[in-house]
Amino acid sequence: MIDPVTLAVIQAGLQQVCDEMDLSFSRAAFSPVIAEADDRSDGIYSAEDGSLIAQGSKGLPVFVGVMQFSTRSILQRIKSGVTPAPEQGDIYMVNDPYLGGTHLMDVRFAMPVWRDGRIFCWLSNTGHWPDTGGMVPGGFSASAISAEQEGLRIPPVKLFKKGVLDTEIWQIICSNIRVSDQRIGDVQAQASALMVGADRLAVLLDRYGDATVSAAIEEMRTRAAQQMRAMIDLIPDGDYSATAIVDSDGVVDAPLNITVTVSKSGQGLLFDFSKSSPPCMGPMNSVRATTLSSVYLAMRHIFPDVPISAGAFEPLQVVGLEGTFLDAQYPRPVSGCAAEVSQRIAEAVFAALVQAIPDRVPAAPAGTSGNFGLGGFDPASGQSYVMYQISGGGYGGNADHDGLSNGCSTIGISKAPPVEIMEQKFPVLYRRYALHEGSGGAGQQRGGFGLDYEIELLRGEARASFVMDHGRTGPLGALGGQDGAVNRVEVMQRDTVFVPPHLSKAQDILLQPGDRVRVRTPGGGGFGDPAWRDPARIAEDIRLGYYTAEQAGERWKRQD
Amino acid sequence: MPGLVAGIDVGGTFTDLVIVDPATGSVRLAKVPTTLPNQAPGVLNALDEAGAALEEIDLIVHGTTTTTNAVLERALARTGLITTFGFRDVFELGRRTRPKAYGMTGRFVPIIPRDLRLEVPERMDARGTVLTALDETAVRSAAQTLIEMGCEAVVIHFLHAYANPSHELRAAQIVAEVWPNAYITTGHSLLSESREYERGVTAAVNASVQPLLERYVTRLADKLADRGYRRDLLVMNGNGGMVSARTVSKEAVKTVMSGPASGVMAAIATGRRAGRMNLLTYDMGGTSTDVAMIRNGRAPVSNEIEVEYAMPIHVPMVDVRTVGAGGGSIARIDAGGMLRVGPESAGSSPGPICYGRGGTKVTISDANLLLGRLPAGRFGQAALAAREAMAEQIAAPLGLSVEQAAEAVVRIANTHMAGAIRMVSLSVGADPRDFALFAFGGAGPLHAVALARELAVPTVLIPARPGITNALGCVVADLRQDFVRTLNQPVDRVDIDTVHAIFAEQEAEGRKLIGAENIRLVNVRAEYSADMQFVGQTHLMRVALPHGQPSRQDLQRLFEEAYHQRFRVDLPSIKANLVNLNVSVIGERPEMDLSALIDRSERRAEAVPSEWRQVWFDGSWVHTPVYWRDHLPLSLSLSGPAIIEQMDTTVMIEPDCHVTSDPDGNLIVEVRHD
Repeated sequence: MIDPVTLAVIQAGLQQVCDEMDLSFSRAAFSPVIAEADDRSDGIYSAEDGSLIAQGSKGLPVFVGVMQFSTRSILQRIKSGVTPAPEQGDIYMVNDPYLGGTHLMDVRFAMPVWRDGRIFCWLSNTGHWPDTGGMVPGGFSASAISAEQEGLRIPPVKLFKKGVLDTEIWQIICSNIRVSDQRIGDVQAQASALMVGADRLAVLLDRYGDATVSAAIEEMRTRAAQQMRAMIDLIPDGDYSATAIVDSDGVVDAPLNITVTVSKSGQGLLFDFSKSSPPCMGPMNSVRATTLSSVYLAMRHIFPDVPISAGAFEPLQVVGLEGTFLDAQYPRPVSGCAAEVSQRIAEAVFAALVQAIPDRVPAAPAGTSGNFGLGGFDPASGQSYVMYQISGGGYGGNADHDGLSNGCSTIGISKAPPVEIMEQKFPVLYRRYALHEGSGGAGQQRGGFGLDYEIELLRGEARASFVMDHGRTGPLGALGGQDGAVNRVEVMQRDTVFVPPHLSKAQDILLQPGDRVRVRTPGGGGFGDPAWRDPARIAEDIRLGYYTAEQAGERWKRQD
Repeated sequence: MPGLVAGIDVGGTFTDLVIVDPATGSVRLAKVPTTLPNQAPGVLNALDEAGAALEEIDLIVHGTTTTTNAVLERALARTGLITTFGFRDVFELGRRTRPKAYGMTGRFVPIIPRDLRLEVPERMDARGTVLTALDETAVRSAAQTLIEMGCEAVVIHFLHAYANPSHELRAAQIVAEVWPNAYITTGHSLLSESREYERGVTAAVNASVQPLLERYVTRLADKLADRGYRRDLLVMNGNGGMVSARTVSKEAVKTVMSGPASGVMAAIATGRRAGRMNLLTYDMGGTSTDVAMIRNGRAPVSNEIEVEYAMPIHVPMVDVRTVGAGGGSIARIDAGGMLRVGPESAGSSPGPICYGRGGTKVTISDANLLLGRLPAGRFGQAALAAREAMAEQIAAPLGLSVEQAAEAVVRIANTHMAGAIRMVSLSVGADPRDFALFAFGGAGPLHAVALARELAVPTVLIPARPGITNALGCVVADLRQDFVRTLNQPVDRVDIDTVHAIFAEQEAEGRKLIGAENIRLVNVRAEYSADMQFVGQTHLMRVALPHGQPSRQDLQRLFEEAYHQRFRVDLPSIKANLVNLNVSVIGERPEMDLSALIDRSERRAEAVPSEWRQVWFDGSWVHTPVYWRDHLPLSLSLSGPAIIEQMDTTVMIEPDCHVTSDPDGNLIVEVRHD
């Protein structure tokens, strides 16, 4: 057995290999989604089955565990001969959501690490490309009804063969995506991050020996499982159920339910999603890999100290996905799964487990990325543009304190762009960028506040699209706390105010100069009975204008 | 004849003083407890202890944590905001973040509370064109309201003021009329760059520490004058330069994080004299470790430092990274049975178990003590408590002996610290083998040799007085003025004459400011750099330029070279973008003779151990000589294992390493690499 010190040192070493890959990828990337929003992840995967060995701590949370599924499907396809076997210097590329992916924009690279002519492990990373073709720029359609409308789907292919970029494959890709001229920069950044990882890993292997590192990896997996089990033991045995409601799929105006029953027993945690809605027509389906990752992500938010490795996921069993919209099959459209549905899966897990371990789980956060896209032509610059405004929302209150305001999405860590930068780049003017007053759900610890912004189109025609959520129901309160405020979208066209029929989703709304869009994002759910809140804190919230006296009087009514 | 030069650094626990006589090279030192919240009595105590006659002192340079502490503890002056209609909540919304990637909790306290953030009608567009005129009546009444609400300082921060500052300037005039004594900071005056949150917070920090800093330095300068000091008091800035106490509070925000900066400046000065221009600085204290990379004798400066969660301060500061590993970091076994060290810390209170102040959790310092690396005699009974705790908390669960457990704790701590050093060096394309590790702080010299082995750094440099490095930084620091101008144009379309003109203008401004200080200088020089990227990228890379008249081809080529070194990527098909032009004008002070930092009269002809004791190296006890550093011969040459003790730190030399000394009394350790 490996000694405990070497084990801890190798674990830290593998973690650092991943962190350096993350850093290198972000700093060299061109796509602002990767460079600024850190919408990428890097990790090390087992040569046998692709299972996760270590993952960068600066990766986008939604990718927790997800690349093990894509690496696994590459290995299976190599084994069955569908995909050619690797040679030294080869790097595979894949973005097919149904082969262990998320949405098409998340493009994965995978590269074997060779030792003495054999594969020791795989390195893989994923980066969100700004466009992969399809019916809308950027890929976030609110109305696609099949995968082909969402963009170019790439099976595992060797983009680099013996270290050399295959320009033929590259040309096919460039002919099918928008703004292709700078993508070579992202490809180089993504490949170079894997090279950095391979170099650092080789140093570690040389120093400790392949056999010792292998033994450490095996032991780390056991330990992570043990640690997760110890955490799960804090949860009292029993069944805990909750439902998170997705407004609609963007095509059919009907709510979708994510219903989960979390059962705690001596065996671990069982997540049963079988009562969730069937596959939907619009792009709010999720693929299995994303659904599993969303569960892992939620657990990591609850127990952040457990290292991310396949071992940590062993005690978590997810069942009942077949036949639901959480296990979509080709050709169901899935572009909403990574940014929206994933957050709502996490919300369902939070809402179930807050009943069991209220000291560790908050009430529901805003749970949407708040994606507002605007595409048009700016007569002043003579160029077409595509603008994205992502926004945060309130977090749920928790046992210790009120929820954070304007926090980033549950599945992300990315910053929103500054108003000044948006106004430099696009023909828009922000009339307001403010707290969404009154939006935090009442509770002993109230929810945080969402964002309230209003944008005016200055020049040229443009089309607005919205992929958001929580327009129908607010983020769930917990333990007697009230729900946070719902997401609101209003489009002010000349004299009329247009509210999208699906509330949080709409596509191609025509705007003329002078038209405005106002978005108010959700507040977080309240935690605990509002009657228990300290009256002095209620008075302070009124004094700071977070709530009107009337709102506060209504929501924090004493039930004597 | 030039008079004495004094450097005084106020740290969390101690106030350190170094007085150098440039004529004779003689040195006086003092270390006294820091006084809080007013640091001035501690400073005066230090001068008393050194027996300094203030009329003989030509120059006092002071590093203070007044503003750093005020920011981190949010003990700020009551400050109001006047901002663009519709945007007062920018300060509370931030950039849509959370404190940690995992865990949907966390708190954030805006630097100015909502009721003190007032809006007035006015608006510029992104090009600086006025869309809505400034409502002067509204400004006047906002100022009146803030006075009534008891504010002491005010920030005027308007959208796009970097493109056109006229509204901010006019508003500042109006506020000054109704509020003559106000501390008024305009957003554009500290940094003229877009990003309303970062610019606003920088301005708000400035305004809210101004009154505190001004009161402090004025009081201190008066006290010094009372005692006969007749010259200017100078204060260290976070960029590693210093400015007069008379003007320092105007840009008070620049003094935040000046402590770590002076450590880096001391490293540069020491390294230059020792012929080592490439250093990795490693400052390990009680709760944390600061690391930085010095290349070619230049301080690493960044304009984008976040001093804590959602607290960006975008003025030039020495780029020092902090990791949560210090002598007080706690070791524990997690639920998976793995040994972890830090980031939780026992701090200085209760501190490590061996301090005997009520600590009950095993720390790095306890581990060092149990390995024989610290003098057991100094800790008495508490050493036994440390042994018991190590046995129970770490050794038993892991099935190790106490010594094996202690060694494990130290190794894991070293792994984390080495990781931090790799992230500032290797991960930006620098090869650690080209550097020497400059170790200081109370605990740095104890871990440095092991760390150098971990990092494959060939040499460790331990300065004569590692515990007073920051004070020494005050003594050796230069005058420094940093300028940034944003261009944001593709290199092939940039008007190169404009570039040269900007560089020349900034340099002239810097020379003027530096010339206005009444300080003896031997040289004034400028350093030029450009922040560049490939068109389409968002991250910037700082490219050092040899002079202020680069051609477009020079810019493109130097950028591509730097990019290749960092990422091993060439992108010939993509153009480069020139974002910022930076000039640092440096007024070099006469070089200080540092050779008397260790009193020569105490030196002996031979290295004779003061004692021998058992020290644990690599799994077994080794009979190891212990030396008193002040008694070591001037030209030292000895091989490890050895322990070298001195007043403020302990140096550990591993077996098979060789240590020599140089004329300044630095220890140079050649590190064995297996």
